[in-house]
Amino acid sequence: MSPQVEAAFARLPEYLAWHVLLSASALGLGLLISLPLAVAASRNRHIRWPVLAGASLIQTIPSLALLALFFPLLLVISAASEDLIGYGFSALGFLPALLALTLYSMLPIVRNGTTGILSVDPAIIQAAEGVGMTPRQRLFQVELPLAAPVIMAGVRTAAVWTIGAATLSTPVGQTSLGNYIFSGLQTENWVLVLFGCGASALLAMVTDQLLGLIEAGAAKRDIRRAGIGAAGILIGIIVALTPLISFGKPASYVVGAKNFSEQYILAEMIAERIEDLGGEARMKEDLGSAIAYRALASGELDVYVDYSGTLWANVLNREDNPGREAVLEELTRELAERDGVLVLGSLGFENAYALAMRQDRATALGIESLDDLARRSGGLTMGGDLEFFARPEWTAINEAYGFDFRARRSYQPTFMFRAVTSGDVDVISAFSSDGRIAADDLVTLTDPRQALPPYDAVVLIAPDRVNDARLLAALRPLIGAISVEAMRDANYSVDRDVDKLRPVEAARSLSQKLGLD
Amino acid sequence: MSDPRIALERVTKTYGAHQALADVSLEIAAGEFVALVGASGSGKTTLLKTINGLIRPDSGQVRIEGEAVGDLTPHLLRRRIGYVFQEVGLFPHLTVAENIAITPKLLGWDRARRAARAAELLDLVALPQEMGGRFPAALSGGQQQRVGVARALAAEPHIVLMDEPFGALDPLTRDALGDDYRALHERLNLSTVMVTHDMTEALLLADRIVVVANGQLIAVGTPQTLAASTEPEVAALLAAPRRQAERLRARLGETV
Repeated sequence: MSPQVEAAFARLPEYLAWHVLLSASALGLGLLISLPLAVAASRNRHIRWPVLAGASLIQTIPSLALLALFFPLLLVISAASEDLIGYGFSALGFLPALLALTLYSMLPIVRNGTTGILSVDPAIIQAAEGVGMTPRQRLFQVELPLAAPVIMAGVRTAAVWTIGAATLSTPVGQTSLGNYIFSGLQTENWVLVLFGCGASALLAMVTDQLLGLIEAGAAKRDIRRAGIGAAGILIGIIVALTPLISFGKPASYVVGAKNFSEQYILAEMIAERIEDLGGEARMKEDLGSAIAYRALASGELDVYVDYSGTLWANVLNREDNPGREAVLEELTRELAERDGVLVLGSLGFENAYALAMRQDRATALGIESLDDLARRSGGLTMGGDLEFFARPEWTAINEAYGFDFRARRSYQPTFMFRAVTSGDVDVISAFSSDGRIAADDLVTLTDPRQALPPYDAVVLIAPDRVNDARLLAALRPLIGAISVEAMRDANYSVDRDVDKLRPVEAARSLSQKLGLD
Repeated sequence: MSDPRIALERVTKTYGAHQALADVSLEIAAGEFVALVGASGSGKTTLLKTINGLIRPDSGQVRIEGEAVGDLTPHLLRRRIGYVFQEVGLFPHLTVAENIAITPKLLGWDRARRAARAAELLDLVALPQEMGGRFPAALSGGQQQRVGVARALAAEPHIVLMDEPFGALDPLTRDALGDDYRALHERLNLSTVMVTHDMTEALLLADRIVVVANGQLIAVGTPQTLAASTEPEVAALLAAPRRQAERLRARLGETV
């Protein structure tokens, strides 16, 4: 077995356990809500349309967006509950994933439940009344048993959807089989992506088959067959969940990471340093940019690395650019005052947004700066990462230089680099510490008008950890210790196609190179 | 004399502009077999359903053994009244024996008593005991309706309502089932109200025939008194069975 696959298998018990816990809870909760809704919808045609239309509407929301929307919503509710009853809860991780997947599972169960109950032969309903059943007896003794096969078919569909969509809970901080897919996608580790897809597909198929046994048992009134299916599901859940008994205990420190290689590497480095000093560390990876800071400010993360320009624009909503030192100083003061967050210091390198082009293409068009690019932009296509065109940095350079690109396309970062090297796009939004700039023979364009803010990588500490001596001792040596070249090399060792390192390996090698271990 | 088993007192029921029952009064005694005949839409089925509370009258009152139906809990009332209808409506997920014993189960009889009752009723409706363990889908139409009758009788009701009970059966089965039911009716001293559009069936089975038209009872009487009626609608209803009997006699001779 290759070391990559071996490493993937090593994480399977934890990922699978969370995935099963999440899907099973969402499906169970979905059933608890959907069945009464289906009964109500079958009884009363005035609520039938709104219920079915509502469930369909939820289904039209892309599942990733639905998952992401629950984070700010829960943050508000949690803050309100903390004000009212002095008790808040985590808006990150299990809860938003559970709620979104529950909503997602409802449509097939509500729809099949309603249809199943309504399609019971009217003569049988008449008989149920005639023999003296109460409406409740009619429901439980006649309608639900007769509708059971149709309802179970809906449950099967819901189960397959839920297990598939649960892979998308990784970006809101919930561990799942999606962790393979998201980190694999980021580091171009296709073995990992395939492993994640395969594991989740296999889980969905096995679940579907077992539920199929229950469905067939219900249709043929074969209790033995339904029993085997139900027992299979139950045993499967119990076996899958056993690893959580050891993994489930809360780690003392939660290290956050956004969704790209540099973040994985730095988070691994931080985690390792905490563990070296006898602490316990757990990672929450693949967080969205906006989610990460709010999670830290609310204490759900203890530490993560962000970039001064990002915080400047997104958190402080500033558009001016007073220069590198001033930004860092003001940021440190304002975040401490406003949220109690400690900016421990800069790691020593910048990961700035920079527009990059292929060397040969830039030379041919005579483009060296963003001014040159603006003059030529009418004939060029621009590629951005998924968030770039929605970010204030884009607004800032667009206003400063007045671009007029022929077309704009958004890519997942890995594919964005493919697009510029293959010529699908002419210029991309890159990061100055990205190892692929040198490796792909790209050149970054200068910013003579200083429209892009500085992006010093800074270590952020959560409000309730600012006096944590062990954490500060673990992290202080990192401040000012990492050069942009060292970071670029480490990033490239993860991003390259051959001889790739895993982020944890790259972190170790970086520590060694910098003499930090 | 004690209260009649069933008494309708000035019962009226209207659906929009259509008057299904117009000021109908009728008394049915213990042991009496009454047939309600009339065309489709005449109101005979509506009348039947007011007796077990499936339909509530707009005005007037229905009494069962002296108690006003409006004062009784509907599902408790229905457990006291057997109900048989054309579509039978056996529960497909229950065995024949479970179907028969459903009302006793709702009444809280224990398992042994229910099983004994189901076995007794299989005998009563002339079905073999081993049929009790089968599911309804495995039975012929005639067998299913025998189970329907058994289910109606399971909780030992005094009253049985039948809505075109034999209408979907072939003539031979229908004849046999009708005769068998009439015998049960007498043996158990039931009061039976049967809706039918078939005058011949009414003449052969009922003690008293009620002719319903446009929501009113236009004739009430024994087969003999109805035969003497000069009412044109009644005469028309009787014309068909008379003509059939004459033609049969003509073709087959005096042996009929």
